[in-house]
Amino acid sequence: MREILSVGIVAPQSAHFSEPLTLKSGATLPAWDLVYETYGTLDAEKSNAILVCHALSGTHHVAGRHHESDTHAGWWDNMIGPGKPLDTNKYFVIGVNNLGGCHGSTGPSSTNPETGKPWGSNFPLVTVEDWVKTQAQLASKLGIHSLAAVVGGSLGGMQALQWTLTYPDRVRNALVIAAAPNLTAQNMAFNEVARQAIITDPEFHNGDYYEHGVVPRRGLRIARMLGHITYLSDDAMGAKFGRKLRSGEIKYSFDVEFEMESYLRYQGDKFAGEFDANTYLRMTRALDYYDPATAFDGNLSAALAQARANFLVISFTSDWRFSPARSREIVKALLDNERDVTYAELTAAHGHDAFLMEDPHYHAIVRAYLENAA
Amino acid sequence: MTPVPAPAHVHFSEAAALRRDFAAIAQWIKPGAKVLDLGCGDGSLLGYLRDARDVRGYGIEKDDANVLACVRNGINLIQMNLEEGLAGFEAQSFDVVILSQTLQAMYNTDRIVQEMLRVGKEAIVTFPNFGFWRHRLQLILGNMPVSKNLPYQWYDTPNVHLCTISDFDNYCRTHHVTVRERLVITEGKTIHLLPNLLGSLAIYRCGHA
Repeated sequence: MREILSVGIVAPQSAHFSEPLTLKSGATLPAWDLVYETYGTLDAEKSNAILVCHALSGTHHVAGRHHESDTHAGWWDNMIGPGKPLDTNKYFVIGVNNLGGCHGSTGPSSTNPETGKPWGSNFPLVTVEDWVKTQAQLASKLGIHSLAAVVGGSLGGMQALQWTLTYPDRVRNALVIAAAPNLTAQNMAFNEVARQAIITDPEFHNGDYYEHGVVPRRGLRIARMLGHITYLSDDAMGAKFGRKLRSGEIKYSFDVEFEMESYLRYQGDKFAGEFDANTYLRMTRALDYYDPATAFDGNLSAALAQARANFLVISFTSDWRFSPARSREIVKALLDNERDVTYAELTAAHGHDAFLMEDPHYHAIVRAYLENAA
Repeated sequence: MTPVPAPAHVHFSEAAALRRDFAAIAQWIKPGAKVLDLGCGDGSLLGYLRDARDVRGYGIEKDDANVLACVRNGINLIQMNLEEGLAGFEAQSFDVVILSQTLQAMYNTDRIVQEMLRVGKEAIVTFPNFGFWRHRLQLILGNMPVSKNLPYQWYDTPNVHLCTISDFDNYCRTHHVTVRERLVITEGKTIHLLPNLLGSLAIYRCGHA
């Protein structure tokens, strides 16, 4: 059944932008590339496009598989495909790897044309606003002026929100899932620990580890382990691992003794083997910096007054990293501006990760919203 | 706010033809008003008011199935528990706040009425009249009332604060609530004589004292 609803075999594409890009920080990129994938068919009016924005570690590979024997589908394959909530029979769905990423779009591991070496520490810091700006240029390149929707969870939800502020006339619906209008101090603190783990790794070499032929694996691994703790709820971890011992008995060692440790180490190792540490640093900084209310004396309602889109805001009860209370702040600001908004607070055990899970009610809400979306 | 057209498959006016209370509520709402419907169910009333009065409407629901129904019906819906009040809604930010046949199921009855009057310039409250003669008769015969407006058995009811029209009048008098208008209906007909005995559903338009 799953395979029948899949978008099937997909291939990434690349778009080159030769105009220099000035970033929010003031830094400039002389030229840049974005890697993306599309699913479904763009209609004649070019009005049925949905942009999916990825979170901290996501990629442009949102749905489908790259080849027949591909064991892993795209990261949101349960949400996107023919007959799925983001129905590719109706919509043209775009997944894009954000600028600064490490999956093909220009980022710290890309070659700096001026030096012929990887950008490394010289790659500028990128922001949510920068991503939205570059995504809009990609949409324009595809001939799309107005997006039917921008959809994202977590950091992706922040991008969906920012779209409605930077380009109010270019996005008709925003699906802001498990997001927040900014990070709390506690949330930023987790990011700082993650970054310190990477930066203090002896193999980090101030970000220029490429030329030393090493990667700061230990730091990246610990950063990811920390992240995974915060993406799950206490209950979910309890249900999944509890105090289960790997071998059934305590061995009085610092090897993997509890199942939970095995999970964290596996996730950390896997991630450290495939993700770029410089990208991770920049993604967490983009999270820290995002706060559309800053320019309005901290008044989120004033910040969101620019938005014209209709909103679906979704949060998950056990998500403590992007708690329902934070989503309700977005909802309140939208209500203050009399925007069309629906807010669903979903009962879920999985914590922040719930936004990626296949849940019938969650998917029914997204499906129903997009069926009515103009 | 751009009004969202009702999806083609939803016919709120047909639904409302069967709901005399919807029409009664609608007559008290000015075209284009900003309306908040507390415990809005599947959004039928808001859909009707959108079609009949072109309101800018939002509903509040806590039940998942109703939330989904509202999304399907194209109704702006905020999922939250009314027992916790209306945090997140600014004072006097709505023209009308409606509590349609939900008062009797609230634990914090007084709090929600006060919150309605904080957030809304006006409040419309409807509830089944526990003093309706059929209910009284069932009690005299020795059983808890079960009727069209009170369709639950005593052991399986969401209703925790049932009241009569007389009770609600007393509440308003003692809690700084002004009754601006009151309509009592039974089987779709307006009741003028002995409303607390002959009326099955009470519809109040209230404001600040």
